[in-house]
This record gives sequence, C-alpha cells and structure tokens, in this order.
Amino acid sequence: MSNLVDQTDPRIPTDIAEASQWRLMWLKFKKHKLALISLYLVGFLYVLAAFAEFFQPFDPEVTSRRDVFHPPQMVQFLDRTEDGTRFRPHVLGTTLSRDPETLATSYERNPDEKIYISFLGKSEPYLLAGFIPMQRRLIAPTDPDERFYLLGGDRLGRDMLSRSIAGTRISMSIGLVGVAMSLFLGTLIGGMAGYLGGWFDSVSTRAIELILSMPTIPIWLGLSATIPANIDPLMRYFAITVILSLIGWTELARVVRGRFLALRTEDFVTAARLDGARPRRIVFRHIMPSLMSHIIASVSLAIPAMILAETSLSFLGLGLLPPSISWGVLLKEAQNIRSIAQAPWLFVPGFFVLIAVLALNFLGDGLRDAADPYAQDQ
Amino acid sequence: MTQQNLPADHPILEIKNLVTVFETRHGIFNAVDDVSLNLVPGETLCLVGESGSGKSVLSRSILQLVDRPGRIASGEILLHEAHPSSKTEQTRSLDLAKLEARSGVIRNIRGRDIGMIFQEPMSSLSPVHTIGSQITESLVLHEGLNKKAARDRVIEMLRRVEIPNPEKAIDQYPFEFSGGMRQRAMIAMALICNPKILIADEPTTALDVTIQAEILDLLNDLKKQNDMAILFITHDMGVVAEIADHVAVMRHGKVIENGNVQDVFDRPKHDYTKALLKSARDSQIPSPDRLAQRQVQPIGAPILEASNLRKEFYGKTGLLGMTQTTLVAVNDASFTLHEGETLGVVGESGSGKTTLARCIQRVHSIEAGQLHYTNRGGDRAEISQLNDAQLQPTWRDMRTVFQDPFASLNPRMSVSQIIGESLLLNGMTSPVDRRKRILELLDLVGLPSSALERYPHAFSGGQRQRISIARAIAPNPRIIIADEATSALDVSIRTQIMDLLQELQKELRLSYVFISHDLGLVRYFCDRVLVMFKGDIVESGDSETVCTQPTHDYTRALLSAVPITHPDQRGSRQRFRYENG
Amino acid sequence: MYAYILRRLAWSVPFLFAASFLAFTIIQAPPGDYVESYAAKLEADGRQVDEVRLNSLRDRFGLDEPFLSQYWKWISGIAKGDFGLSFQWQQPVSELIGDRMILSVILATSTLLFTWAIALPIGILSAVRQYSWGDYFFSIIGFIGLATPNFLVALILMYVGVVYFGTNVTGLFSAEYVNAEWSWAKFLDLVKHLIIPVVIIGTSATASLIRIMRANLLDELYKPYVTTARAKGLSEFKTILKYPVRIALNPFASTIAWVFPQIISGSTVVAVVLSLPTVDPLMLDALLTQDMYLAGAFILMLSVMSIIGMIVSDIVLAMIDPRIRYR
Repeated sequence: MSNLVDQTDPRIPTDIAEASQWRLMWLKFKKHKLALISLYLVGFLYVLAAFAEFFQPFDPEVTSRRDVFHPPQMVQFLDRTEDGTRFRPHVLGTTLSRDPETLATSYERNPDEKIYISFLGKSEPYLLAGFIPMQRRLIAPTDPDERFYLLGGDRLGRDMLSRSIAGTRISMSIGLVGVAMSLFLGTLIGGMAGYLGGWFDSVSTRAIELILSMPTIPIWLGLSATIPANIDPLMRYFAITVILSLIGWTELARVVRGRFLALRTEDFVTAARLDGARPRRIVFRHIMPSLMSHIIASVSLAIPAMILAETSLSFLGLGLLPPSISWGVLLKEAQNIRSIAQAPWLFVPGFFVLIAVLALNFLGDGLRDAADPYAQDQ
Repeated sequence: MTQQNLPADHPILEIKNLVTVFETRHGIFNAVDDVSLNLVPGETLCLVGESGSGKSVLSRSILQLVDRPGRIASGEILLHEAHPSSKTEQTRSLDLAKLEARSGVIRNIRGRDIGMIFQEPMSSLSPVHTIGSQITESLVLHEGLNKKAARDRVIEMLRRVEIPNPEKAIDQYPFEFSGGMRQRAMIAMALICNPKILIADEPTTALDVTIQAEILDLLNDLKKQNDMAILFITHDMGVVAEIADHVAVMRHGKVIENGNVQDVFDRPKHDYTKALLKSARDSQIPSPDRLAQRQVQPIGAPILEASNLRKEFYGKTGLLGMTQTTLVAVNDASFTLHEGETLGVVGESGSGKTTLARCIQRVHSIEAGQLHYTNRGGDRAEISQLNDAQLQPTWRDMRTVFQDPFASLNPRMSVSQIIGESLLLNGMTSPVDRRKRILELLDLVGLPSSALERYPHAFSGGQRQRISIARAIAPNPRIIIADEATSALDVSIRTQIMDLLQELQKELRLSYVFISHDLGLVRYFCDRVLVMFKGDIVESGDSETVCTQPTHDYTRALLSAVPITHPDQRGSRQRFRYENG
Repeated sequence: MYAYILRRLAWSVPFLFAASFLAFTIIQAPPGDYVESYAAKLEADGRQVDEVRLNSLRDRFGLDEPFLSQYWKWISGIAKGDFGLSFQWQQPVSELIGDRMILSVILATSTLLFTWAIALPIGILSAVRQYSWGDYFFSIIGFIGLATPNFLVALILMYVGVVYFGTNVTGLFSAEYVNAEWSWAKFLDLVKHLIIPVVIIGTSATASLIRIMRANLLDELYKPYVTTARAKGLSEFKTILKYPVRIALNPFASTIAWVFPQIISGSTVVAVVLSLPTVDPLMLDALLTQDMYLAGAFILMLSVMSIIGMIVSDIVLAMIDPRIRYR
C-alpha cells in the first residue's frame, strides 16, 4: 500500500532536473532573447574599448584645419571605372567652398576624387592597449596621407568615429572601475550590516538612506569642483571614479544587506551552523552562493548608471576634461546650439551612450530575472 | 456511481464530467479530470485530497475563478434555482461552465447565490480596507442597500459569526484581528447575502486546532440555519469525520471515491482512501511498534536535563523607539529527556514550543536556567552559557530536522554536499570515506544512490525531508530535535516519515524531541509529552495519561478540539474552551 | 498618526545636519580659504585689496578657527538667513538665491506631478494588459527614456526646435515677461515654457515609475484577496481598481522619496542646457569659479528639498497604508 501512496502523479512530465544553479540560471537567461543579444553587444563594446586603437581609422587627436565640421561620408563598396566594376570600398572626396558673402563653409561632393579604404590597412605606428606596438588598423585609407570621415569631423577636423571609439575606453571602463569600487564598499558594508545586525546595521542603514535621499548630480558636481583643475588626467579619472562610487555603493549595499538579512534566518543557514561551520564558512560557503547571482545582476544595472553619471559630469565640464576622451567630453562639444545646428553629427557619441546603456540595462534585467532560478516564472 | 449514492433530495448544484485544464509549456495538464459531483441543500460535501489533487481548482471552476492559463475545457456545472417550485418538475437551471468569466450573469451569482471562503484569511482579505468596507460591498452590489442599512446588516452578520463587539470590529482592519477572527470575518463576507451554496476551500488548515473546532461548529450551525449546501475542501480525514454528510476523494484530478460519509468510513473501496483513513485513525492510539520496541529496549538514563529555562525577546516601540518591550517566549521550563525516549512538545502557534527547541539546542541564547547534557562517556556538562565553538561536540550529538523541507536545504548545494557538510566539519576529510558514508545514509533513509549528485529542487517534499533526516543522523548523533518535521507534508507521506523516524530510533538508539501542534500525532509517536501554552509548560507526563486523563484545563480544551476519527463519534465529545490568557 | 509624523520629523533632524555638514565640507574642500580666493579675485580684477575688510571677513566666517567652529558659525548664520557672501557677484548669497529657488521648486514639483500623472495610468495598463501591444510599446519607450541622458534629449529638442521650427525652447519666460511683475499672463507664459523642461526631466523618472507600478501591480494581481473580491461578484474593473491597484499604490507612494532627488538631480543638467532661470546654472557657474559660499548654499538648499520630499513621501505613505499608521 505504501507503494501506491508514494507513486508520483502520472500527469507530471518526467523532467530531468539534475542541473546546478548556474546551469539553471543560464537556461532561464537564454530565454530572454533581448538580454542574450545585449550580452553579445556589451561584450563587443568592451572588446572595442580594450583594443580601441585598432578599431580607430585615425589617431583621435590629429586635427585637420581643412576639414572643420566635415560632414559624414558614405562608403561605396563597388568601384566603377573604365576597367569595369569591382569590389573596392572607397568614399568620395569633397571640396571646401566658402560663401563669399556670409563666409559660411560648405562641402561639396567631388565624384572624381576617390579615397580608397583598405581592410587591415597600414597606418603610422601606435601602441595597442598602451603596450603592443602595431602598424595596422581595422580600416585605414590606402594612402596614409588621405583622410575620410565616416561619422563626420568636429570643429578641429578630428574624426568623430575615431574619437567615439576612443571614448568607449574611458566611458565603459569608468563604469567597471566605479562599480568595482562600489561593489567592494557595498558588499563589505551591506554584508556586515546584514550579518552583524545591531548598531552597525542601524547606523549604516541610516547613512545609506541619507545618501539615497540626496540629489546626486549637485553633490557630484560639488565634489568634483574640489578636484584641482591642473591635475594629471589619469589622477582625475581616478578621482572622478572615487566620487561616483562614493554614492554608487549605497544601492548595492542595500541589495546585499536585504538578501543577507533574508538568508541569515533561513533554516539552511542555521543547519550549517549546527553542522559546525564557523561564521566565515557560513558566509562564504553557504550564504554567498545564493547572493552571487543577485550581486552580478545589481552590478550590471549599476554600470549604466555610472556611465550616465560620468557623461553628465563631463558634459557640464566638471568631470573629465580634454585631453581625456570620453563620450561626455565629446558631447560637451555639442553644447553650443550653433555647433549642433551646423554639425548634427556631433550627437554621435550620444548614440553610443544610448546603445551601451540600453544593452547593459537589458542585460541586467535578464540577469536579475535569472538570478533566482527557483522562482516561478509567470 | 455518483448518482445512486445520493439521497432523493434535489441537488442544487450538479457538476457533470467537468474537465479543467492548464496549458503549460509542457503541454496540457488536466487539473480536474472528468469530475461529477452533486451539492444538496442542508448538506455538506467534503472533497478530500492532497496537494496537487485538483480539489482547489475544482472549487474555483464552479465560479469561473480559475486564473490563467487554466480554463474549463468541457463538462457542465448546473445551478438549479434555489427552490424549485414545489410540484412541477420544471426547475430553472443555468450551466455555469458555459458562462464567460467576466460576464454579468456569473458576477450576479458570485456572492449572491454562491459564497466562497479561502484557506489563508490574512492574504484573502485586503490589508488596507476595513472589514466593514469589504463586507458591505456585496450588499450594495447584490441587494442595492444604502450605506446605513448595509452597515446594520453587516453588524448583525458579524454578531452571528460570533465576532465580539461587532460595532467596533466593523471599522477595524484585518491585521488587527487574530487568525480565527479573520476567518470569521471571511465567513461573514461569504454569507452576507444569504447564499444557498457555500464553497469553503481548506478554511481551517491555517488555524490552530482549538480555533478550527470553533469554526467547524460555526459552519455547521450556519448550514442548519440557512439550509445551505456546503462544499468543504480539506486534506484532513478528521475534519471530514466531524462535518461531512457526503465524501468525495480526489486524486490526480479524478474523483476516485464518492459516497455517504458512513459508507466511506466503514467500507472504503479504494486503497488510497484506506491509506488516508489509516493515517487518521493512528492518532487515536499509541504506535504498536513503539510499544513493542520499548519492551525490547527500555528507556535509559537521562541525557538532557533542563531546569527553569527562560527565554526573552526584545522589541522597540514608542516614540523614537525608546521604549523597550519584553516578550517572554519560554518561561521556567524544566524537563528531562532520557536515552532512547521520544519526548513530545505540543502547543499551538505562539506557545513557545519552537523557541524551546531552539533553546535546548542553544541556537538561541538562554536568559536564565540550566541545561545539562550527559555525553556518551557519561560526562555531565552544563551547556546553557557556552559559545558556538564550545558547543561543537554537543551539536554533533544533538541534531535537528526542520519543519520546512524547502527552506532547510540549501538550493545551491547538491545532496552529497548537504549531507557531507557535517561529516567534513567533524573531521572526515577523505572524500572516499565521505562518499561511502553518505551512500550508507541515503540507503538508511530510503533514497536511491542516484540522489547523490542531484540538487534539492529535483525532489518532492517527502524526499527532501528524508534528505534532511540523513543530514541529521550523519555524524551519528544521540538526540534528534524534530521541529514540526512532518507538518508540511501530505498525510500519506507523513506516515512514512514517522515510520522512518521510528525505524531509525530502533537502529541507532536515538532520543527524539518531537515538536508538534498535533496532539494525535504526539500520542502515536511519543512516550512522554509537554503541553505548552503561552511560554509555560502547563502539563507534562506520560503521553497516554495526558491524552486520556488530562489535568490541566488547557490540555482538556486541546484534546476536545482534536477532530474525531469516525463520524460515529460525533457529539460524543464535549467542547472545552480555555479562556485564560 | 500624529505620533508617526512627529517621529518622522524627529528622524529628519540628523539628516538635515548631515546634509549641511556635507555642503560645508564641499565649501571648505578647495585649496585656500574664502578670503584668499576673494583677495585673488580682487587682484585679478585689478582692484585695491583692503586688508581691513579682509580681516573683518576672516572674523565673520571664523576662518582662523578650527573646522567645527567654522561650521557652527556658518550654520547658525544660515539659521538667521545669512548664507555668506558671493565674491563673484559681490552680493550676499541670500539675495541671489531668492527667485531662482522658487522657480526651482516649481519646476521640481511640476515634474513630480507630471511623472505621476503619466506613470500611474500607463503602469496600470501595462500590468493589466501584460504582454499586449501597448505594454510592449510603453516598455520600449520606457527603456529608451531610461537609457538616454537628460541633456541629450534637451539638446535634441533644442536642435529640432531651432532647425525645423525656428523657435527657441530655452528659458522659462518669453522676452517680454522676463523682468515683468507677476501677473496672470506671466504665469500662463511660465506654464507654457515649463512643458518642455518638465517632459525632459520627467522622462527617465516616468520610465522607472512605470516599471515599478507595473511590477508592483503584477505582484498584487494574483493575490488571494483579488480572488475574494471576484468571488463577491465585483466587476473586473472595480475589482482591480479597488483592491490590487489600491495596494500597489503603497510602494508606489514611497517612490517619491527617491524620485524627487532624482528629479532635482536631473534638472541640474537640463536647466544648464536650456538656460533656465533656476538655481542650477548659477550653481554650476559658482562651482566652476569656485565661488564656494554660493555653491554650498545651493547644494544645501537642493539637499533640503530632497529631504523634505522624502518626509512628505513617508507621510503620504502612512496616510494611505493603515498598517504603518497603526504601528
């Protein structure tokens, strides 16, 4: 009779469920198509950031007085000459003309002048990622003396494409470094508050509440205004990151504390204590694994916030300053209504910001949903 | 077979071949599979089944309340006009299964012709509306009363369901009520428009036994007063014995047995019904296995002695949280546990029984009192003030099986990691030895060796509880504290786990501290029992004596509230109410 | 209820102190003290440096004293309405703040109201009609709204305005009203000019509020008490409006606490781009020129505004949720 009682419900499909939590999470994450695409996109952006020099057609600092506010040029893949049509990417050259009366400049397309583009073309030597000497770029003008502007040129005739790619490095990394710092502070303080409880918990909770109730940008502005203006760009970069994470850690600390508090009273944690596990083992072996996935999700949602913050600060002139190149620094060029009326392609870095932040948000959302593989999905 | 067993009275609701399906990613799941039932005025039909049997879905199907992705696939639900005009056979009938879930017709039937109450009164009531506003609504809707008249009717109804001080209660919020009062308010809400049918979905499962008894009495009275038909859903055969006129047993979506309550209890046809009835009957007698075992292996010397234990919890209230409040969870508790003995601790929610268990294991600190543990070598030591590190050897000997099989196993660890943790931390560092021991333990608790590398989510509640038991006995302990270890399980699984514990006691010479809210279970399983009420041990002694000749009024009240096990015993028991405190 | 409000107000006192302390730290952080900067400024302008006046200033702000007593002088001055001096403008800070602060408050509160008015119905719609066309549409809009920096939206609108419509979307008043006395016409003009900044600043907050309302309501929609309400025979519309929506409003109300700071924060950048006559452009200017008393006063005022928003949010929450009120 006991066999009869123990027999399982015949209507339930015999599902294989021998997967570990990471595998379950991956399976759940994969169902989020948008998040999956975003994962690849974010990966691509970080590759772009790491090897920015290789992807830039030109040195982003090189100016060209001839090409002030040069409009974007379309790539033509097929080259039609007397010898026939063949695959040879190029852009059409332009000639600068100036209205004799208003002195306004305008560029006219010149179909006779072709600037050929080579794949993995030779360029002046540079250091990839700062230390690998290289002489080739992904795309380069076949004739090194020529220039082309796929996304236009700025007020000094610098190539916007190269500058936007260069900006990827600082903008994407400031998110990572800032979040790493926030993560350290957040998990440390949040974890201690959640595990220790008592006065440490109430003090840190109040501090977090205070910081969260502050308008962030004015505070950030105030703090960055105190950084001396003549400081080394690298130092400024770190100072800005520190300032961003001074506020950024709170959200993470709150998540970590909340999860810790919930997990601390779970029966399986008590069971571990009774098994003879010391506090350190309880935290790292029993609680952390359940926390990890939530932390990863929070981190991926914190990065876009950092990117937006840096962009805003630099845009206002209190974040990074030239010669550093970040998306915010580039967008500062678009602050002037006269410049953007003349050269709307100055918005291009904003497009990069949009893509990066969207992708990171979708990724974070997907991770958050997958973080608890045991929760019922609707 | 459904029709002929029913009396001649005309049913008010006929369910014919109802099929309710859920469309999931794995395909179509027949939650209710070809079910036919009748409801008759003035009678109670008990629908019995365990979790997943489809009984709740069936009850919701009647009023078209099944949430997506569920839907009624086929069958009829015929609602006959309340009182068919006497002689003529022409009754107006309405097939509810054909109605749209949002149609006006079904909305008019809900609350007016058919009332419904649910399992969890706290979550079934809106937390931010007063009791009055939630009940009045139906009256305004179905009878078009004005606010004043409706209010009077609601106060009258609250009085009928025995809510004290109804004039005040009507303006209170659910969170200001106790569990029993909330369920009374739910009943008032369901019955405010005098429906002819009441559907009660496990209305007493979340309540203490004494409260359950009161609610059952109340429902019985109301049924008689209103000549109502009740569809009562439960998993508890004891409750069935108390109130049913007819019984239908559901399993895997189908009704496998259906008939008069006497017939079902005296001549169950299906093996499954027999198993359910046996588990219910067990609560009337001490386990024969246990008694036999005590003859062979008598109870030994004391191993754990508690004297005058006290545990307090602190809270902060008042302006700026300056005022400190103290709650005495365990007050002056003294008892002795002997080797090879099973000691029951019984009490209702808030009695302090779980706190007591955590105190004797020293998961909690203790404010006052002494706790002596005598280890295998015969050394008697005071453990009430030791710290975690000093408690290690004691914890190896004194282990716990937790109540909730889902919360007590770390979902991120495999079964071998979960069971192996205590082995590893107690010095069994060789993976080969550990694996051998874990396989041995799995075999002891009746799990296949293939369970080794699986994660908890792959197991059912009963299997998880077996894993939990394997973890508890891993370091070869002497005392197991089982904190409501079986109460989250279905009745049939519960019996198996109890048998397993009994078996292990025999083989490993374990002593149990068995915490439970169920006096019947304690009588079956325990040698001695402590009865707790609001932090105090009000009675203790031999479990058979306590259950047959209680000395304390609270024990008497508790006993009188335990459901009977056969409908023949109805009315044989006098209800006691313990009002003190 | 009164006890709760009292307790809440009492809790905000340390917050206000902490905020003022932070603002003062920022004032003090740049190298050199105020009087040195002031002297440098005067010299740069080629004017006479009056030692006596400098010493009296030093005295007034207690510059030779330790940090804490300087802070005390500053904060007790503020209690009397004295925010210090702006060397850039050669005026007491309190005179510079006045009108601009009022406009800032108007801008922030109207953005908050706008945010709520939009997010509430759309959030409800998205939850009730989950996975419908409208739900997807607003989700996408919401995501883009979250991902776009405010100033970029402002710039693009400016660009569109100038290039395609030939209008200037900057400022809060038309030219003829800038210096005019307050009148009905001036007010209408203000309302007209408020629309664009309010929409720009409110976008990201609206987007996150929609997501929050949607998630809250989805949590509530399948709770047992909703079934109870249906079982009473209430219509679907009334069921949803009276029960789950009402309960989902509670966590929603508590979002003011952080949406308000977010709005104030966002308006800083937008106000600079659109050159609104609020405190923000002046503050940025003060920070860039290290006119620290002025900047510190602005930071303090904005923080206080945020904290007030938080208190209001908590009190609103207590008013609509009996569980908090009775605790």
